[in-house]
Formats: sequence, C-alpha cells, structure tokens
Amino acid sequence: MIPELAQLALALALALALVTSGYGLWRIHRRAHTAEALSRSLAGSSVLVFGLVLAAFAALVTSFVRSDFSVLNVAENSNRLLPLPYKIAASWGSHEGSLLLWTLMLAGWTAAVGVLSGRLAAGFRARVLGILLLLQTAFLAFMLGSSNPFNRLLPAAVEGRDLNPLLQDPIMVSHPPLLYMGYVGFAVSFAFAVAALLEGRLDPTWARWSRPWANAAWSFLTVGILLGSWWAYTVLGWGGWWFWDPVENASLLPWLAGTALIHSLAVTDKRDALKSWTVLLAMITFALSLLGTFLVRSGVLTSVHAFAADPKRGILILALLVVVIGFSFALYAARTHRVGLGGAFSWRSRESMLLVNNVLMVAALSAVLLGTLYPLIIEVLTGNKMSVGPPYFDAVFAPLLLPAVWLMAIAPYSQWKSMPLASAGKALLGPLLAALLVTSTTIWQFGKPSLLLVLGLAAAVTLAYATLAQAREQLAKLGRAGAAPLMVRIRQLGFSYWGMVVAHLGIAVFVTGVTLVKTYEIERDLVMAPGQTETLGEWRLTFVGVDTVPGPNYQAGHGVFELTRGSGKTITLIEPEKRRFLASGQVITQAAIEAGFLGDVYVSLGEPINEGNRSVGPAQQAWSVRMYLKPFINWIWWGCVLMAGGGVLTLFDRRYRKLRPSAASAAPAQ
Amino acid sequence: MTRWLRLGLPLLIFLLLAAVLARGLQFDPRKLPSVRQGRPAPSFDVPTLASAQHFSPQSMQGKVWVINVFASWCTACVVEHPRLLELARNPQVTLIGLAYKDQPEATAQWLKDHGDPYRLVALDLDGRVGIDYGVYGVPETYVVDAQGVIAYRHVGPIDAGFFEQHIAPLLGSTPAARAERS
Repeated sequence: MIPELAQLALALALALALVTSGYGLWRIHRRAHTAEALSRSLAGSSVLVFGLVLAAFAALVTSFVRSDFSVLNVAENSNRLLPLPYKIAASWGSHEGSLLLWTLMLAGWTAAVGVLSGRLAAGFRARVLGILLLLQTAFLAFMLGSSNPFNRLLPAAVEGRDLNPLLQDPIMVSHPPLLYMGYVGFAVSFAFAVAALLEGRLDPTWARWSRPWANAAWSFLTVGILLGSWWAYTVLGWGGWWFWDPVENASLLPWLAGTALIHSLAVTDKRDALKSWTVLLAMITFALSLLGTFLVRSGVLTSVHAFAADPKRGILILALLVVVIGFSFALYAARTHRVGLGGAFSWRSRESMLLVNNVLMVAALSAVLLGTLYPLIIEVLTGNKMSVGPPYFDAVFAPLLLPAVWLMAIAPYSQWKSMPLASAGKALLGPLLAALLVTSTTIWQFGKPSLLLVLGLAAAVTLAYATLAQAREQLAKLGRAGAAPLMVRIRQLGFSYWGMVVAHLGIAVFVTGVTLVKTYEIERDLVMAPGQTETLGEWRLTFVGVDTVPGPNYQAGHGVFELTRGSGKTITLIEPEKRRFLASGQVITQAAIEAGFLGDVYVSLGEPINEGNRSVGPAQQAWSVRMYLKPFINWIWWGCVLMAGGGVLTLFDRRYRKLRPSAASAAPAQ
Repeated sequence: MTRWLRLGLPLLIFLLLAAVLARGLQFDPRKLPSVRQGRPAPSFDVPTLASAQHFSPQSMQGKVWVINVFASWCTACVVEHPRLLELARNPQVTLIGLAYKDQPEATAQWLKDHGDPYRLVALDLDGRVGIDYGVYGVPETYVVDAQGVIAYRHVGPIDAGFFEQHIAPLLGSTPAARAERS
C-alpha cells in the first residue's frame, strides 16, 4: 500500500509542478499585473511539491527498512541481513532510488528559494521559481516514466539481492546525499541566471542574490567529493585517493566551474563587470552537473560507478540535457548582447586577477573534460578503443592549477579597478621568504627534490602566510581607526571576508597534503608469515595472523598486525579485513589505517599465498600484504573541510540579508 | 556576425558534444576485443629454461598448443597454478610456458616450489614477445590451433572448464586426430 501512495504523491507532485510552473512562467511572460500574488503562489507550490516528494522518499526508505521485497528496487538492492543504516542508504544505492534523492534535493532547494526569497522582486522571484519547478517537472516525469523506484515485483522475492558491498560503508551513507546537494544546488544559480536573461536585465543585485546559493552548493559539493575520495582511500585497498575515474571527473567538472562561478559572481556583484561571462558560467556549471548525472547513469563510459548502465535511460537523460542546456545556451546567444559587458577595469586590478582565476579554472576544466570524453570521441570517430589515464591528468592539471594558487596569495592584497603593483610586491616579501625557508628545510631534511615539490609546497606556504598576514593587517588597520575590541573588529570585516580567508587556507592545507603525499609516500608489497616483522620507514609491522570473523552479512578474513614506531614500546593493533559478502559472494578489501597528524600508516590484506598447499597449517599461512606510508594525507581531507567551511561562513554575511527589493523592481523589464 | 559566432559558440560546442554522447550510447563499454584473436600467432625465437635450446612457434606447426604467460613475481599465477597442473595431466594438451620478464633462476626456483606443468618454458627476458602478443597482464593464456592461428585468448587465471571449452573443440581438426580416426 505504501509504495502505491508514494507513486500517487509523485504523480501529484508532477502535476502540481507542471501546472504551476507552466502557468506562472506564461503569466509572467505576458506581463500580467499579478506578479506579487503569482510569486507567492509559486513559492507555496514549491513547498507543497517538496512535501509530496519528501513523503515519497520517506515511503521508499520505509520499504527498505521493512525489507518489503515485493518492491523490485528493494529486492534488487537490499537484504534482510543488511544492517539498518545500510538499509536506509540502500534507498539511494540504485539508479531509481538515487534519482528520487536527486529530485528530493531539487525540490528542497526550490522550497528553500521559495521560503527565503520573499525580499526578491516579485517578477524575478516568480521566474526563478517557475524555472526550478519546470526542472522538477522534467525529472519527475523522467522518474515516473522510465525509472520508477516503486515498481512492484509479484510474486515477491523471498530474499533480496543485497546492496553492492562496495557501498556498505559509513562514508558511503553520506557521500551521495552531500554530492547531490552540491550538484542540484547549482540549479538555483542556473535558475537565477536564466531568469535574469528572460527579464533581459542583468545588474549587480542579480549576482548578489545568487552568491549565497552558489556558495552553499559549492560547499556541499566540496564535502561530497571529499567523502567520495576518502571512501576510495579506505575501501578500494590500494591506497590511492583520486583515480581520475570518469565519474570522479564528472564531479570535479562542476566543482571547477562552480569555483570559477563563485569568484566571477563576486566581480559582478561588487563591480557590475564580467556580466555575460558570469551568466554563461552559471549555465555551464549546471550543465556539467547534468552531464555528471548522465555519465554515471548511461554507462557511456567505463567506470567503477557505472551502477545503472542502461542506454535507453541514457538517451532520455541526454534528451533532457539537450533541452535544458540547449535552451539556455540559445537564450544566452539571443539575449546577452542586450546586457553589455559591464564596467571596465585595469589589468592590475582585483577584477583582472579574478578573471585570470576564471581562465585557469576553465582551462583545467576543459582539460579534464577532454581527457574524460576523449576515449568516447575517438571511438565515435574511428571505432578504436583507448583510454586516458592518470599520467595525462597529472601532466595537465598541476601546471594549470598551481598558478592559481600563487595568484591566490596575491589576491587579498589586490584592489578593485586599479592598484599599485609595488605595495603588493612588498607585502609578498615575508611570505616568499617563509616559503623559501620551509621548502629548503624540507628538501634538506627529507630529500627527493622535484619541481612539483618546490612549486607546490612553496605555493602553499606563501598562500597561507600571505592570507593570514593580510587578515592581521586588516584587523590592525581597523584597530588604528577605532580601536574597538578584537571581536568587534573581526565582525566588522564581515563573514564573507573570513569565509574567503578560511577557504584559501583550506587550499593551502590541501596543496601541502597533495604535494607531500605525492613526493614522500612509500609503498611495499610484502609476503608475510605469522610472526614475521617488516620495517618500513620508522615503522615496524608484525604479522600476528588471520582468523575468520563473521560480520552481519559477510564473513571476514580478519588480519591482526602489531605496529610499533621506531624503537618505541607502544604497540598499536592494525586490523585490515577481507570481507566476503554472503548474498553476492563479492569480496572487498577494508584497509586498516593508523591515522596521524603527520601521516597515515595504511595496511591492506591481499591474498593467502599458496593456499592449496596442505603441508602448511592455517597458523603458518602466509599472506600478501600491502603497506603504505602516507605522509600528510589527512591534510587533503582537512583542506577540503576548511574550503567547505569557508563557503558556509560566507552565508552568514549581513550583505546577503539586507537585500532591498526596491532597487531591483524599479527598472522596467526592457 | 562575429557577435553571433561568439555568443552561439557555447551552444554549438554543446550540441556537438551531445551528438558524440548520443552516438557513444550505442557502444558497449565493457567489451575489450582481443587484438590477436583470429590472427596468426606471432613468431619468435627465444632461449628456453631447461637447456641451451631455443623455442619458436614454427616447431609447433600442425599441433594444437597452449601458451601460458606467467612470472615468479605474479601472485595471481599462484592462484592459477593448480589449474595448470591439472590441465597438463591431460595428454592431449601441449602446454608451453612463457616466463615473462623474469630472472631464469627465479623462474626455476618458483617451478620447483609450485610444480612444473609445462612441456618447456620459453624465456621472454625483456618482454619483447609479450609486446608482440599484446599481453595485458600476467597471467594470460593463448590457445593456438593447428594452422598456427590464435583461437582463443584468456586474460587472468584460467577457469576450471578451460580444456572442454577452448581446447577440445579444436582437437578434432588436427591431422593427428584425423589420422587416428581413419
């Protein structure tokens, strides 16, 4: 009964979204005089649609929790033995379920816009909500038409096929929702951009309205990608944290575009410049989110994520992509010339620095996009199979993004419109000396000098030092002016500013982590018999043995190792596992990680050596073991957390809450 | 005109991309066809492990034979090894080993430890033969028919029914088998 009610809720949501968005956009287009009332009823409708989709989603979760195997989706992706958190996570472990989650997120963002946009100009608000509801209509129709998560299986299955074991991980429970929050969140800035184009009016207020939404989406996406990477590190068992897998790239593409977008929005907001470029970026960012959705689901590229390869659905998502993005790009081509380019600026200005940031981001984005789609393009043109691997991405990515990190160090010292170069140069002297000191000390102590190490580490140190020094200088300047207490002065600088500082520090921490891991990681493939001790760096690893331990829905080969550091006496137990899942028979490797501030010791269990040999008892069984030292890898995660935290901080800025509709509604549409 | 070109460019690029994606949907991304399957087995001439003799595929003309690429440093080969030992017990199978990028002493020691299923072991010291055969990773197994054509290529450890599925169907056509039947 519950699944049928959920279907009904989805159908109602579809009808409501279709009718209100269609009617609303049409009325606004015809310049009906009821913009105020119209925007309010669209806001009401978006909240109602959210309620309906939420009810449907709750119903799906209920079916999973109750192991209702008469629902096809549950039978295919769950199992009675599955622990409860994973039963809930299994709701979005399939194509259908994750599409419902996607739609739920979109409905949530739309409802949030509906509730929080009361101060927007009525006509603009109605357009934004109309566009978002139209998007929901498309996704709801697609879901009900070809990917219904509530399809029945009659007669019901006795037992479910179980959730893909790779997804049975605490990190995996939260990775998709956060990632989708990010993906879908860019729909809001997309809707703002399209609404502005429809009105034919792009002014700084439009950008100011967009900024908090884009920042929020960007923060979610950052954490979502971080969790995906962290998961790959702990579960895939070969110690890597980024593989340039097509689907990882698919999430990186909107992140890069979004990073460019949030900076470009700042220019448009503060200086009324780069307008048409910002609009285009907002569209590109959402287009790439949709492209990511398409790549994951269509099976058009080979990937670890291709969990729902189905060309028929692929063509439908592609059609959706073509309609949404094709329309908005056509609108861009038709309308932008009316908008104009906006204010002019000198090349020695903050605008031009942010523009260079944009160019670098878009160049990196293009390189990743090309690398991801190149195998496909070649196959379409020549019919040959080929693949593009990490060497390509490593080769193009670092040279494009390291200059951006260097620029970031100078950025806070730059000024709008035009600035003297000498003062920025003087301010950078201290940071550059610090960078020189840290980099040379590192090379002197640990060796392995390389261009990547020198440029990466120096960039990170310069960035961190320069950012903090500039913040201190700002506080001091305020202090000289009014000598207010520190907390007040911090408040005076505004949350936007502190968000920027924190996010840029996050980049510095991240770059430090990446550079040091890439340079100083050590890995060894070992064959160890019980009792044997191996040394790697200053760590000693003693193999105790492997026993079999039952899990809730798997049997684990449970390895026990003793880890000691140097000649120290403290023994840490390290317990990597090899889990064989009962329902599917699939085996996954759960690495054991001894995490520390300065780096991780990472141990994963390979295969038993020479298993067939009967003369060796289980107590003497040797195993292949992988041991890695990963210096500073935690800094990668914490860097991402800082970046996302910086994005969240900006949301509390007072400027975004003091939006006056008067300025926006005064100008006529054309 | 230039303005239209500039503004329409994103649309144009996007539509081209969509066309490529639409075409790409019709491919099967998981299929990885063997480059060499159905082609004559590349010839080579390399030393063997046992003696100073050389081995070359020409000497196998007219026979169905199996070449197994292995190495002492390869852990998956250990998993595969019992299957090969069993396969070699079948008198109809001529199993040649190709020690891929391995030290001869290490190969010999490894075969002493795990058992030697091979009629003879050819040494591909620098991996040149591996390149000719398009070896992806060790272990790999090729079945060559009486005409010297690669009939089947297997990537990774072989399965239990390897003989029945991939070797037995070829045996009926060898001159030796025909002579036996007549």
